Amino acid sequence: MAHQVVIAEEHYEFKAETRKNLFILLIVGVGLFVLGVILAVTVDSHHEEGQGGHTSLNTNGLVASAQQHATAAEEHANESHGVEKAPWIKRIITSLWMNNVFFAGLGIIGLFFVAIQYAAQAGWSVGVKRVALAMGTWIPIAGILMLALWVFTNHDIFHWTHDYLYGDKLDNGAPNPDYDAIITKKGPFFFWPLEGGTFPIFFIFRMVLFFGVWYWFFIMIRKNMMAEDLEPTTSFWHKNVVLSTVFLIFFGISSSIAAWDWVMSIDTHWFSTMFGWYVFASWWVSGLAVITLIVVYLKGAGYLKIVNSNHLHDLGKFMFAFSIFWTYIWFSQFLLIYYAHIPEETIYFFERMKTSPYSWIFYLNLILNFVLPFLLLMTRDAKRQMSMLKLVCPIIIVGHWFDFFNMVTPGVMRQNGGLGFMEIGIAFIFIAVFLLVVLTNLAKLPLFGKNDPMLQESLHHHI
Amino acid sequence: MDADKNFLVGVFDDEELVINGVRKVRESGVKIHEVFSPFPVHGLDEELGYKRTRLPIAAFMFGMLGTALALIMQMWMLGVDWPMIIGGKNFISLPPFIPVTFELTVLLASLGMVGTFLIVSGLKPYAWPRQFDLRSTEDKHIMAIDLALNKGKSKEEIASILKTAGASEVNEKNFD
Repeated sequence: MAHQVVIAEEHYEFKAETRKNLFILLIVGVGLFVLGVILAVTVDSHHEEGQGGHTSLNTNGLVASAQQHATAAEEHANESHGVEKAPWIKRIITSLWMNNVFFAGLGIIGLFFVAIQYAAQAGWSVGVKRVALAMGTWIPIAGILMLALWVFTNHDIFHWTHDYLYGDKLDNGAPNPDYDAIITKKGPFFFWPLEGGTFPIFFIFRMVLFFGVWYWFFIMIRKNMMAEDLEPTTSFWHKNVVLSTVFLIFFGISSSIAAWDWVMSIDTHWFSTMFGWYVFASWWVSGLAVITLIVVYLKGAGYLKIVNSNHLHDLGKFMFAFSIFWTYIWFSQFLLIYYAHIPEETIYFFERMKTSPYSWIFYLNLILNFVLPFLLLMTRDAKRQMSMLKLVCPIIIVGHWFDFFNMVTPGVMRQNGGLGFMEIGIAFIFIAVFLLVVLTNLAKLPLFGKNDPMLQESLHHHI
Repeated sequence: MDADKNFLVGVFDDEELVINGVRKVRESGVKIHEVFSPFPVHGLDEELGYKRTRLPIAAFMFGMLGTALALIMQMWMLGVDWPMIIGGKNFISLPPFIPVTFELTVLLASLGMVGTFLIVSGLKPYAWPRQFDLRSTEDKHIMAIDLALNKGKSKEEIASILKTAGASEVNEKNFD
């Protein structure tokens, strides 16, 4: 009784007009960035004396003393080891790193989405898979960018890269005033097999390995999908099931370690066992929102007729569920630290909840990433309507951008951080370049595999 | 003739036939009481013209009730009736209340939803379902038509409509 539905192959055409719009976005981003730099430079020269870094915090108890101790120690380190870069330069560096980690996540989530569809042998997602796959083309760019950023800015972002922290004795035998016993203990995680404070060979090895392996899996899965278009057999699909399963095992480990390396190690003294999951949850739900948004855009432009409200419903459920998952992880991390009340742990939230430029983002984060998606996507109709998805997806993406902003910036900038034209401009530049790369690559393959063994199931998908 | 007593029962051999049958029967103006299938048939609800269930609204209401009850309970217990200092926190502080609030929200939403469902569907102890044709638990799709609701047409007319709609047999079923 199963009736075959015949459906024509579709190709996305990356029109010159779309490209022009993205270039306009890019130019607006550059403009905002330049404006932000000019404003920041003029403000800096006015308040040069105020940059000493006094914590203007109404504090009490242990948390405050821990905070002041950490800040004092760092200031001392800065004084004794060269001139600190101007805050606006550090803001640019921080913002670049933060955006690169966020967008690297979007790229890798594209591949992760494809992989779970294969590993779960899902039938509904044939029309969506290649959109997610196109996002994977960002992986090598993010990798190169991250390596380059690390090479040029490691001392500005990562406190643990300073060699003076390691070794309790100086060369002349006197005690090292900047010796940090905690970071020295953590040293091998970055520097193994070398001595602490030299070259972090293990850290760099992991960065290269993760991006390399992710990209290799991306190429292999993509190759099989392309081969399947030419030859109507199920063998490529089965190969991709195996590849995806192996990738998921690797990704499970590497995503956690990547989160420790690229985000958590900024706050070197602090650690949280939830952090790998937390970063993954943030990446995953914002990646889902980007996939959904691109699908909705394609449908609006007349493509992807095989994706109907049933498929959108599934994407909506994904976003709804993983917004709650993110909140669950966020809260699990928060509650334990809140309840245990150990100063070296609470300082992380102290810096984010009670310090001036981050406090409002901390609460906005919860509204954008939990309250709004939870209420707006709760009903069945909301998940099935493109107009509602067009509203919720940007909320989630912006919300998780703020989430990453608050993960990275307070650790680097302390109370000198800020969110202005500079940060927004850099985010616009990243969005424009990311979409240029993704849409260019989306246009290279047909929008769905016409020989995908799950195509008929996807066409008959009904919930 | 009383309602809910006298039925005509059409027997369909597979789901494709019953879906098309439902469409044809409704097009010819006959009201269908219910269709019974041995397994879920996609698209049958739409063909029967059923309205979407409002059960999620009940679930939401019960969930909100659970949230409110949990918060009031904990605030009263730990803040008013027997204030205790725990970890140096305020008597009434939100974060430790969240897990209990979450659990009670889920509990009341799910129990409330089950209860609402049972009441709305008239399921209670000793409520026995009507069997129009036992083969609906095996390999046949059964379409029941309440004769009292289709007074405009004769029994024979309806039977012939069922036959042309694809029923392999048409039986009469009376409940007392």
